[in-house]
Amino acid sequence: MEPTTTSHTSALRKTALNALHRSLGAKMVNFGGWDMPVEYPSSGGLIAEHKAVRGSVGAFDVSHMGDIRIRSGAKPGGALAAVQHISMNDASKLAIGQAHYSAMLYPEGTFVDDVIVHRLGEDDFLLVINAGTREKDINWVRENTKGFDCVVEELSDAYTQLAIQGPRAIDVVQRLTDVDLSGIKNYWFTHGTVCGLKNTLVARTGYTGEDGFEIYVPSDVATSEKVWKQAMEAGREFGIVPCGLGCRNTLRLESKMALYGHEISDKINVWEAGLERYCKMEKGEFVGRGALEKAKAAGLTRTLVGIEMVDRGIARDEYCCCNEAGEKIGVVTSGSPSPTLGKNIALAYVPPAYSTVGTALYVEIRAQKCKAQVVPTPFYKRAKKAAAPRVS
Amino acid sequence: MAYPKTYRYTKDHEWIDVKGDVATIGITDHAQHELGDVVFVELPKPGAKIEAGKSFGTVESVKAVSEIYAPASGEVTEANGDLHNTPEKINSDPHGAAWLIKVRLANAAAVSSLMDAAAYEAYIAEKGKETSA
Repeated sequence: MEPTTTSHTSALRKTALNALHRSLGAKMVNFGGWDMPVEYPSSGGLIAEHKAVRGSVGAFDVSHMGDIRIRSGAKPGGALAAVQHISMNDASKLAIGQAHYSAMLYPEGTFVDDVIVHRLGEDDFLLVINAGTREKDINWVRENTKGFDCVVEELSDAYTQLAIQGPRAIDVVQRLTDVDLSGIKNYWFTHGTVCGLKNTLVARTGYTGEDGFEIYVPSDVATSEKVWKQAMEAGREFGIVPCGLGCRNTLRLESKMALYGHEISDKINVWEAGLERYCKMEKGEFVGRGALEKAKAAGLTRTLVGIEMVDRGIARDEYCCCNEAGEKIGVVTSGSPSPTLGKNIALAYVPPAYSTVGTALYVEIRAQKCKAQVVPTPFYKRAKKAAAPRVS
Repeated sequence: MAYPKTYRYTKDHEWIDVKGDVATIGITDHAQHELGDVVFVELPKPGAKIEAGKSFGTVESVKAVSEIYAPASGEVTEANGDLHNTPEKINSDPHGAAWLIKVRLANAAAVSSLMDAAAYEAYIAEKGKETSA
């Protein structure tokens, strides 16, 4: 077998919690140029971490994510106009304290990156972007907001970003803050005191398909470690575990959340990716809109589907999909065992004719055609339930 | 986990235990640790020929596929069928119950050129230093 973990780390970027991850014995990997924990044997490994998040709570260091702040210049309205131009969702619909999923597009209607847009103020927005695309994104944002009366600032290195995720995340984070978290709806945020740090951004967001919070604290090592340790202490009775990027991937895949470079890229457009829900054509002009109109009129040649393996075998990223006749018709973008479902699942691009639930497909695994079928997505959706009893 | 003194080891993290001209082959504790939760194993059928240094099967964890390389050449006499339904045994007992295949060796003497337990432990310790550098 080949080694999988990071051996030479000098050229890699590190978050403020890097030493702490290593002291916990985390397995570190190169993720988009970052030295990041993929799993923690001390947590029981990837599957145990995944199950902790689905069943109770887990903590992720996601400080590698990038942050871009866009504020209006001298006059009001510049920031909103700029965000509307570079982001496909309708930021005018965001109240202060609200966030939404969106994407920045090339003129071709394909993806620069996906992004969470937070409205910090009437004239103040925070865009949270992917780690591996940081430089490209900031350059693209600066270039495409030149004509607007706004100030673009990169804050990526200013924050340590922790994601506390799972049905008990609210109980854990509530112990760290004076903010009444039950008053924050999904995809809303507020500022409050967290671990004694005033004016800390707390958002009810995440990338796991569970309830959860993301906390943005100053990125110095002492503060970052203090907050991490306090979160672990607060979560102890709920069985909180440190979680790596390995289970972050399986959690997001079960929930059919896109990953840049896989389901979305500069080669794939919004309609193909099935993200029309977040693309507001009626809001007016934005970068990529013209191409999307044309693409819509032309119709789809491929679409993203969820598949489940019928035969024994695991579909992996970039494996080919074939039809019954053995012709190559598509490609897997993400594939993995699903720890929650106990099945092998994948997302794949196939022609629309093969996208109906129940359609048989064949995934080529080491030169063998293994049967799979199209299934409904998301693969996993958390139950909507009455508010769980709060532990005080 | 201790590395059995009677086994020999490869740089690709397989072990081989030779008894006469029949050998048992598996992956090391270090290998299972690097892989993480093992969820799938694909092994050759009895009668298949394996060649030293060439891949003879795969072990998959949740996140990755790893090839397994033959420590020696020979003919497979048995594959560990238990791993079909319980691949996670590779994580819990990699040097024992989770052996992968048994092989009739073409040349049992060739195995002595592989690392012994002490040399293998030194080898992975050296790799560990690189990782934490």
